[in-house]
Amino acid sequence: MTLSTPLSTAHPSPEPTPTDAPDAAPVQKRLPLVLLLGYAVVLLGGLMMLAPFYFMFVFATHTNSEILSFPPPLWFGSAFLDNITELIKALPYFWNNLGWSAYVALAVTALNLFFCSLAGYAFALLDFRGRERLFGAVMATMLLPSFVGLVPTVLTMSWLGWMNEHRALIVPGACGALGIFMMRQYISSAVPKELIEAARMDGCSEFGIFLRIVWPLITPALGTLGLITFISSWNNFMGPLVILRDMDRYTVPMALRALQGTGQTQWGAICAGAAVAVVPLLLIFVMASRRLIDGLTAGAVKS
Amino acid sequence: MKTNMSTWRQPRKWAPYLFVSPFFILFGVFGLFPLVFSIYLSLHSWDPAAGLAAMEWVGFENYLYALQSDDWLRASLYNTFWMALVSGLPQHLVAMPLAYFLHSAFGRWRNAVVGAYFLPFITSSVAISLVFSTLFSRDFGVVNAVLASLKDMPLLGALMPASNIDWAQPQYTKWMISFVVFWRYVGWNVVLYLSAIQTIPKDVLEAAVMDGANSWQKFVHVVLPLLKPMAFFAVTLTIIGNLQLFEEPFILTNGTGGIDQAGKTAAMHMYSVAFTDGDFGTASAIAWLLFMLIAAATWFNNRLLGQRD
Repeated sequence: MTLSTPLSTAHPSPEPTPTDAPDAAPVQKRLPLVLLLGYAVVLLGGLMMLAPFYFMFVFATHTNSEILSFPPPLWFGSAFLDNITELIKALPYFWNNLGWSAYVALAVTALNLFFCSLAGYAFALLDFRGRERLFGAVMATMLLPSFVGLVPTVLTMSWLGWMNEHRALIVPGACGALGIFMMRQYISSAVPKELIEAARMDGCSEFGIFLRIVWPLITPALGTLGLITFISSWNNFMGPLVILRDMDRYTVPMALRALQGTGQTQWGAICAGAAVAVVPLLLIFVMASRRLIDGLTAGAVKS
Repeated sequence: MKTNMSTWRQPRKWAPYLFVSPFFILFGVFGLFPLVFSIYLSLHSWDPAAGLAAMEWVGFENYLYALQSDDWLRASLYNTFWMALVSGLPQHLVAMPLAYFLHSAFGRWRNAVVGAYFLPFITSSVAISLVFSTLFSRDFGVVNAVLASLKDMPLLGALMPASNIDWAQPQYTKWMISFVVFWRYVGWNVVLYLSAIQTIPKDVLEAAVMDGANSWQKFVHVVLPLLKPMAFFAVTLTIIGNLQLFEEPFILTNGTGGIDQAGKTAAMHMYSVAFTDGDFGTASAIAWLLFMLIAAATWFNNRLLGQRD
């Protein structure tokens, strides 16, 4: 029996089914039913995961009265453009909001990619006193609940004059602990120390080593970190909620929130807005889901 | 030769510290300082509109007020723990067998299925919570429509409510919010557990089969114990996340916390004390109380699932 087959090539293995008597011999005849039941449950669950997205898109194409009817519409309608018009009427700055979300997310992502890989490189391949303890400190900060400092952060921002400014959303998050963790993991396994040594012997500066040798080798990890950072910045709600005051500076989650609470809630417009907010993420996800899931878990497993 | 190089390239010795400094500088200004300052704030009474000089030392008065006289804090803490448990436990109890099943019984379709379960996690909770508001509508919502159609089924029908559920009512609000949170995070946990299962050496599982174990026994006696480290990590994240729950309840209750404050979480309460009432001192005290609770829960989890070195 070969033990070299990778764990992840899973053919539906014809294993004995769970039966009530733990010591029952494999009963081949019962196998298909329980397995099929398992598949059905999983698929139902999967549909349940996807259903809200489906309805979001469907409702985005119906008028308010069509949505608020029983039974609710199950297929696309023709009111999408009307809903977008409603949306823009309620949120005249919606396109600005999209732009701000994109700007903040891209800025945070770019800064994170640079600073986290720099720090990750230092923690992974450079020897310096206190390295382990400093890294431990970085990791410890991940356990801090974010909202504890919410009030003083708002104060800090107002003292800096950064209230209502997007830099208040970009700068604090420019170098995240999770990013450092991921980069350190990847660099320590992907970049051989000998390369660094050799470059040093050739007289390359420390920063030059990072830029010319390490950076080109870490592209996959940069891709994963970039995706994660972009997504979490795009979805961030609490930060903008306390920082941004003017509607034309809102990011998309705040704009959507502003649609609530008006007298007659326009559900069609809300769903259209939500759909627009979610589509970039869906596209990213479809293109990169494998990379995303693999990258997220690679760091988490090695502990 | 080493001494020569280290004297000549003195700047190199500082390079590592330079490289890691951005994190510590940013953390110092935007992480540590606010934390320390919030302790300071929690011991003062302050109306921010009156300017910095108006801060008044009150010692632990804010804490005592929060613990003894603030009914809404107690209610919101109850809500928070309730929803943390009701949405948190299923997240893991469902994710673990699901991850195992996906690992062992799904072939080429596994990535697509995992992707479907993971999708809720990456989308904006604001956008999705708004959509769920429609889905949970009493008269027109899809959820009630599905429940109503299940009434015709033989067994399940008996369990179904007689009339449409009004999810905005206090007794149902928490269920609605917990479901949305569960929906959002179960896929994330599936991914975590799946990655852990994939590191289990195949010979361990094969040995179990040779000893006569069936699928269920393999899961309970081989896989589950090996999942303990990942469970510890994942549950810690769930604890920290669920006890700070803000976005989903905020949007689902339109910022109000729902009828009878049934959906108000501790984080929402802190937010309203700080930014609606303008009472930064009490809000900071509440924040620290919540932090201590999270720390206690994490410690408890450590005793339960943590590594024994």
